[in-house]
Amino acid sequence: MREVERVFREEYGRVVASLVRRFGDIDVAEEAAAEALLVALDKWPAEGTPPNPGAWLTTTAGNKAIDRLRREAKGHDKHRQAMQMYDDEPPEPTGVVTDDRLRLIFTCCHPALAPEARVALTLRLLGGLTVGEIAEAFFVPETTMAQRITRAKKKIKVARIPYRVPAPADLTERLAGVLAVVYLIFNEGYLSTSGAAPIREELTGEAIRLGRVLRELLPDVPEVAGLLALMLLIEARRKARVAGGELVPLREQDRGGWDRDLIGEGHALVRECLETNRPGHYQLLAAINAVHTDAPTAADTDWAQVATLYTQLYAVSPTPVVALNRAVAVAELDGPEVALAEVDRLALTSYHAWHATRADLLRRLGRSAEARAAYDAAIAATANEAERAYLSRRRGTLAT
Amino acid sequence: MTHYLLSVYMTESDETMSEEEIQRTYQAVDDFNDKVRSAGAWVFAGGLEPIESATTVDGTKSDPIVTDGPFAESKEHLGGFWVIEAPDLDAALTWAKEGSAACAGKVEVRPFQPEPA
Repeated sequence: MREVERVFREEYGRVVASLVRRFGDIDVAEEAAAEALLVALDKWPAEGTPPNPGAWLTTTAGNKAIDRLRREAKGHDKHRQAMQMYDDEPPEPTGVVTDDRLRLIFTCCHPALAPEARVALTLRLLGGLTVGEIAEAFFVPETTMAQRITRAKKKIKVARIPYRVPAPADLTERLAGVLAVVYLIFNEGYLSTSGAAPIREELTGEAIRLGRVLRELLPDVPEVAGLLALMLLIEARRKARVAGGELVPLREQDRGGWDRDLIGEGHALVRECLETNRPGHYQLLAAINAVHTDAPTAADTDWAQVATLYTQLYAVSPTPVVALNRAVAVAELDGPEVALAEVDRLALTSYHAWHATRADLLRRLGRSAEARAAYDAAIAATANEAERAYLSRRRGTLAT
Repeated sequence: MTHYLLSVYMTESDETMSEEEIQRTYQAVDDFNDKVRSAGAWVFAGGLEPIESATTVDGTKSDPIVTDGPFAESKEHLGGFWVIEAPDLDAALTWAKEGSAACAGKVEVRPFQPEPA
């Protein structure tokens, strides 16, 4: 990627968000940003990148939008509207954070939009990914993704989905929706639900970037810090997680291949959350990952701590998936038989990890025939090639 | 300001409410209506007679056809609606949540097209 394009992508969310606030229209903002890129591509290589490229792009795009609106101004009203746009809006009343990107992400993640549209819009408008890139990342044809985004933008416009940080009474609930979208993007990149590529770095990288933006904008919300910490601690293990096209489970990973900088950053955030002492879903997941990344070897893992954290997590999010993960820790503490009893109580028969966990516990109990059937079921339930490769090899090690 | 249509959908099972439940719902809807009026969001609202009272008219051909019954055979029917004025969808959704709780039915929110200038 060329320098201009790298800067453009980096600044895209800020530029578009500022233009949406000013002109009240996403399409106008996007078109103006694209025009500003053309000017930048023309000027920057010769004149050098301006000292504040974001401000330069915003100003240039703003002028382009005004030019366009004036050109299109046929009726009196439109002309007056265009003229008024020379006046920047009066300063916002102080109080809630007013960064334009924060408003825009709440618009993109609005509950009145379909979940897949929230993800796509967030990647497009905040992340600056092209429609083609988003389509590729989610394995759908570009026309499908373009329609999805167009429909969502149309709904924002005609239903008047506001461009605003929600009122304090709704903020926690709406923020949970935003964090869910960011984590969904991360997970889609981390362990793809379809296709051959097990990890799509661009999505995990983008989710972390969005997590950092949220952290910068909402520094006092512990769940925001928790989500960023969680993503950093998972990302830190990325290189060690796949070897030779095969998924490597945590306990077999080469810990020398973990990214110590990301782990350090993640641990600092987890410590900060612990001091704040307002635990939540993402903070607890981050804390669990902090315990794992704190252990020099798999044998050093503090499983009692992991189990305690999963119990706390279950109190916040009582889902069978949390119970399944807790059972994995229980297996290390109380043995596979106790864990298997817990796992068998869970209604997760269509979830590949449930079958894979059962398979592993049955293998450790020497119940080879049942373990084989469980591996078969796990392989049938996942489309991820690296995971299938791992499960097939494990199945091959069973005694006959 | 935008006008929004808040349609209340009733399913056949809703018609088995007890007399007491019905009275409670009427009271809750009255209270909600008062609140909408005093907030200045009220445009129009009304409850509809049961679906058996519906007549469908097709005037698209030269000879209009009148038939007994609803336009679409369905288990869900429009039971009533509000037309409200709200600054944006969030405000309309807030009214819809309250209205849905008051009338004990699901509410669909749709913006009206802007009036031609």
